[in-house]
Amino acid sequence: MNHEPLLLATPSGDVLNLRPEGPWTAANVVMLETLSRSVGADVDRSRAVTLDMSGVSALDTLGAWVLEKLSRRAASSGRSAEFVGVADHFSGLMDEVRQVNRHTPAPTAAPNPVLARLGDLGKSTVGAREDVTIFLELLGALFMAVIGVLRRPRSLRLTSLVYQLYRIGWQAIPIVALITFLIGAIIAQQGFFHFRRFGAESYTVDMVGILVLRELGVLIVAIMVAGRSGSAYTAELGSMKMREEIDALSTMGLDPVEVLILPRVAALVIALPILTFIGSIAALYGGGLVAQFYGDMGPAIYMARLHEAISVTHFEVGILKAPFMALVIGIVACSEGLRVKGSAESLGRQTTTSVVKSIFLVIVLDGLFAVFFASIGM
Amino acid sequence: MDAPQDQFAIRVRDLVVGFGRQTVLDHLSLDVRRGEILGLVGASGGGKSVLMRTIIGLIPRRGGTIEVMGQPTGGHGRGAATTWGILFQQGALFSSLTVRQNVQFPLRENLVLSQELMDEIAIAKLEMVGLRAQDADKYPAELSGGMTKRVALARALALDPPILFLDEPTSGLDPIAAGEFDALIKTLQKTLGLTVFMVTHDLASLTTVCDRVAALADGKIVAIGPMRELLQSEHPWVRAYFHGKRSQMLQHEMR
Repeated sequence: MNHEPLLLATPSGDVLNLRPEGPWTAANVVMLETLSRSVGADVDRSRAVTLDMSGVSALDTLGAWVLEKLSRRAASSGRSAEFVGVADHFSGLMDEVRQVNRHTPAPTAAPNPVLARLGDLGKSTVGAREDVTIFLELLGALFMAVIGVLRRPRSLRLTSLVYQLYRIGWQAIPIVALITFLIGAIIAQQGFFHFRRFGAESYTVDMVGILVLRELGVLIVAIMVAGRSGSAYTAELGSMKMREEIDALSTMGLDPVEVLILPRVAALVIALPILTFIGSIAALYGGGLVAQFYGDMGPAIYMARLHEAISVTHFEVGILKAPFMALVIGIVACSEGLRVKGSAESLGRQTTTSVVKSIFLVIVLDGLFAVFFASIGM
Repeated sequence: MDAPQDQFAIRVRDLVVGFGRQTVLDHLSLDVRRGEILGLVGASGGGKSVLMRTIIGLIPRRGGTIEVMGQPTGGHGRGAATTWGILFQQGALFSSLTVRQNVQFPLRENLVLSQELMDEIAIAKLEMVGLRAQDADKYPAELSGGMTKRVALARALALDPPILFLDEPTSGLDPIAAGEFDALIKTLQKTLGLTVFMVTHDLASLTTVCDRVAALADGKIVAIGPMRELLQSEHPWVRAYFHGKRSQMLQHEMR
């Protein structure tokens, strides 16, 4: 018995006799392809082809298809091709293979690259409009849900709200405090290092205080919350969507916005200002430690300088922005979650989109607030 | 000389499998003959899927031996895909790949072949399981339940393995689709000379396509044989299974 496939080609007159031998199976696919290619030219030249199958010791779909392809190659140009000596236990497979690949669908023509680009541009423009529409729709639905809750306070999902507050507020405190502490310390160190050159070290405290309270505290915390809790919201709602849990809720006459989204967004709106406050204090504390050990400025002087440099307005500017940023993060995270389609890949894509989009919007919003506060003189 | 060994595709001897303190399979022995369709029935949660997953190496065993095609199994290596194909209950298609790529996946990973041949083989397999070439560029999320099972079957058969494992192949299909799927398995089993190991609750499949049926109860095979013999079995669980109200009604209809 042969352990390697062979293909013997013996021309007799106008007829080409092909005699495959040995195991024509997927394990030998490299040799099968070489063999069938090597006789290709002979097949094209002869007027008729006979495939003598009596020497084949093993055959599977792949081997059968390679042989069938040879016979079709001959038959395609009007010449005759036939199989002889097909063993009984292979005949079913050969018959089956003869049926397949008969209707190759017309290959779709490659689109014009310029048109394709234009098409993509158009699609993303429409997509951007759709994004805005979805955002506004969800904002409106949330507003309606809030009105519903105000009219019937018992319909508020208090358990869910408290649980979300615990998850995204309480559990986030250590990491938020740690990171803002480090940021405050780094800014203070940079301030002392660079301001020392022109003897303006004491203004470091002004810089740390104003920067942290107005901008950095809320921005860092919002970005962290978008990455930590926004992604979790998208993934949760997305997998609920995938497993039809959200449809199940709707069929029970419950509004998914009221049951799922309102508690989540409300928890964010409550938690983000608190986290911002904690984060700002941690950053000021970090700055104070650096002032003492790096800038040779005692805590009493640091506090006194801080007292002079900052006012409640700075604190208000920072903390006022927090709920709006929370609203944006929550709506983006929830709407991306609801846009998840059936596949696992889609869940991953929407989660990424959710984080990227909410961080982008948080920064844009921060810019708009800067303009707004500057023009009202805060 | 080695005829008795050659006769069996799968031989399981004294298999013990358990999780924690619980023993699911208790000194179970089972032979699957070459070229037969063996149906496995058992209570839900009674260890049918555990037995299948132990044979294919997804669950570690505590004791006993498993021989597949005369070779003892242990640690599933690269060759696994050429020995058996598995149809999981939910299809387990890779959701990020198209139907065509799903079927090509085992080919691509195990063989070196041209893209052209790979495309042709993928379409050939899809047509063999009754799908059209137009369906090849769809994603698994766009398929109906019956189509998902067919694609999963095409993927399981991509490398023409001698053994095919089916985990509840007809669950979730309507009776017409289930009947077509049964017929498809029977046809493919004949043309490709497959040995089929089928876990199922579908009495119609058991009666129409299975050559033999094995009943799993209390962690052991309590009865094995053609459907006719199982119906005569005196084992209380087997009697309850085949002579319960639902089963009786079905058998009555079939008569």
